[in-house]
Amino acid sequence: MNDNGVILKAKDIEKSYRMGQIQLKVLKGINLNVRKGELVVVVGASGSGKSTLLHILGALDKPDKGRVSFNGKDINSQSNRQLNHFRNKTVGFVFQFYHLLDELNVLENVLLPTMAGKSIAGWFVCRKSAKKRAAELLDKFGLSGRTKHKPYQLSGGERQRVAMARALMNEPELLLADEPTGNLDSETGNGILNVLEQLNRDGQTIVMVTHDERIAGKARRVIKLVDGVIKPA
Amino acid sequence: MYKFKLALRYLIKRKISYFAVIAVALCVFIVFVVITVLTGITADFKGKIHDTTGDCVVYTKSLVGFGHYDEFIRILRRQDFIEEATPVVKNYAMVSIAESGGLGSYGDYTKEIAGIEPVSLAKVTGFGDWIEYNKGQPSKVFTPSYDVNLPGCVPGIGFLFEKDEEGNYHTPAKPPRAAYEVACIPLNAKGAPAKAGAGELSSKTFYYSDHFSAGYSLDWRLFFLPLEDVQLLCGMGTGHKRITHIHIKFTKGTALNSGTEKVKKLWSDFVDTKKDAPYANLLKKVQVQDWKNFSKMIVALVETQQILTIVCFGMIGVITVFIVLVVFYMIVSHKSKDIGILKSVGASGINILGLFLNFALLIGIVGSAIGSVSGWIFLLRINEIEDWMFNKFQFQIWDRRISSIGDIPNAIDLKVLSIIIACAIAACLVGALLPSWRASRMKCVDTLAVTQL
Repeated sequence: MNDNGVILKAKDIEKSYRMGQIQLKVLKGINLNVRKGELVVVVGASGSGKSTLLHILGALDKPDKGRVSFNGKDINSQSNRQLNHFRNKTVGFVFQFYHLLDELNVLENVLLPTMAGKSIAGWFVCRKSAKKRAAELLDKFGLSGRTKHKPYQLSGGERQRVAMARALMNEPELLLADEPTGNLDSETGNGILNVLEQLNRDGQTIVMVTHDERIAGKARRVIKLVDGVIKPA
Repeated sequence: MYKFKLALRYLIKRKISYFAVIAVALCVFIVFVVITVLTGITADFKGKIHDTTGDCVVYTKSLVGFGHYDEFIRILRRQDFIEEATPVVKNYAMVSIAESGGLGSYGDYTKEIAGIEPVSLAKVTGFGDWIEYNKGQPSKVFTPSYDVNLPGCVPGIGFLFEKDEEGNYHTPAKPPRAAYEVACIPLNAKGAPAKAGAGELSSKTFYYSDHFSAGYSLDWRLFFLPLEDVQLLCGMGTGHKRITHIHIKFTKGTALNSGTEKVKKLWSDFVDTKKDAPYANLLKKVQVQDWKNFSKMIVALVETQQILTIVCFGMIGVITVFIVLVVFYMIVSHKSKDIGILKSVGASGINILGLFLNFALLIGIVGSAIGSVSGWIFLLRINEIEDWMFNKFQFQIWDRRISSIGDIPNAIDLKVLSIIIACAIAACLVGALLPSWRASRMKCVDTLAVTQL
């Protein structure tokens, strides 16, 4: 973290994809600073590059040009092993389509980041505290009665809350949410937003992308992405 | 930890993995059953050959035979690694049924004859157990019970009787009076016809005193006769007495190779001492071999058939690899979202590879377990199943009336089973390797993209 409290810094990010014969430039020089405890909402139309930006910020993808640093460390120059560790410990993802594993129940889905970050022996050492943490998160999100349920037995809102609990399991410094309400009705979506707001009030740094400008109206800091560049909101 | 948990859930929840498990189970079942039965048949056959031959044979392929054998047998019997040695004359003869005694039809047959000393032969081979009426009393085997003064003979059981459909012979309680005229062409020690110009055949009539059952084709083609009689019939009994074979049994604990090498040395030394003796040239044609080499023509044939069949069925393992490969390609394609999710929470490519290899390992273990247990049960019941099929549908795997093999061999060899299981699991891992590697290389943004859902 630098003097201004910036923990995440994206500088001159460019990214393009090949669509058949055409090279499609999605991000055209993005500069973005996120301070600790901030809730940043990135808005833009479909195809404006919001999700691509989020994936690059969370080290799920690499930019063609530019640099992303977290707490002053350049993410793009890190080894695969370091990036896996970064995704496991530092960042939590919430996706539009929840992305829960169908074969695991609610509790196991929430425990997944801890299990992924540990060896078998390490898991046996920490499993009690991990289960306690998962139970607390599920309780916080009103899912304590659903721990043994499979994802297909839950409503959309419940699934998204499970996904949020999973994202928070390893107490990440940064929560990245990609259209977290995009697949929910407005009432359920509002519930999810309230949870995110509450998390932010508790100090969680959140970067959320959405194409719904009504949601953006609730945030203190909104960044508008148009054709791969940031425009004043 | 999640790798084992998820692999187990994939196995239980993904119905496509049942096909892979069934494929592995079927392969293990087939290979296990085929190898067990074939190994049993080969082992049974080799056991019978060994039982017929003893451990080592000193022999000549010449029908003239070789002499000085009694002296060499005395030397052999003095050795502490030799339990017994017995002289045998083997030759071919025309056998005519003089009195059928209700056994077989009149006619002339070309047969192998073996002149033996029954007591010593019973100590070297299984002869004492093969005979029926004088079992355990080989000294009486050439004494017909209906007239102790007549010269006896011991034909093979297959020459006298026919098997029923279940492979059993039905023999009378006592041997009936039956007579066989055995005729040979006697050769002198120089290899010329011994009776040239005076009617070239020697013949003698022998009376059925017992029969033998060695459990293979010998039962159809061999007649045992007293050694002295065969020597006379073949021109080996007068003047320079000769035989064609000395069968030897080693004492317990003597290794086959070392025992045979010692006999070779003894024979070589013996030939050296006899180089100026009459007909020493016949001794040079004599070979010393262990029972495996002595019978290698027929043993090798059975072993080659066994190996070829096992190799052919082993090819099934290749099919397992392809079935697992196809199933895993489909599973990886279906589970690409899971791969993306796991990578998004910090799982590495190696972790993903491990997850799918664990899954393959589980398929291999479960498939092998099912195949082994069902194969084991099938083998335990294989003869009952065959009996039932015979009673119900008149179906037999082989015709017991003509085959020397009775029950289908089903002795389970845990070492063989362990190798089959290990190969099946290895086949699963090999089959899963390429799709798993592909899964480990997947990019999480590609698998989680909305267009992929």
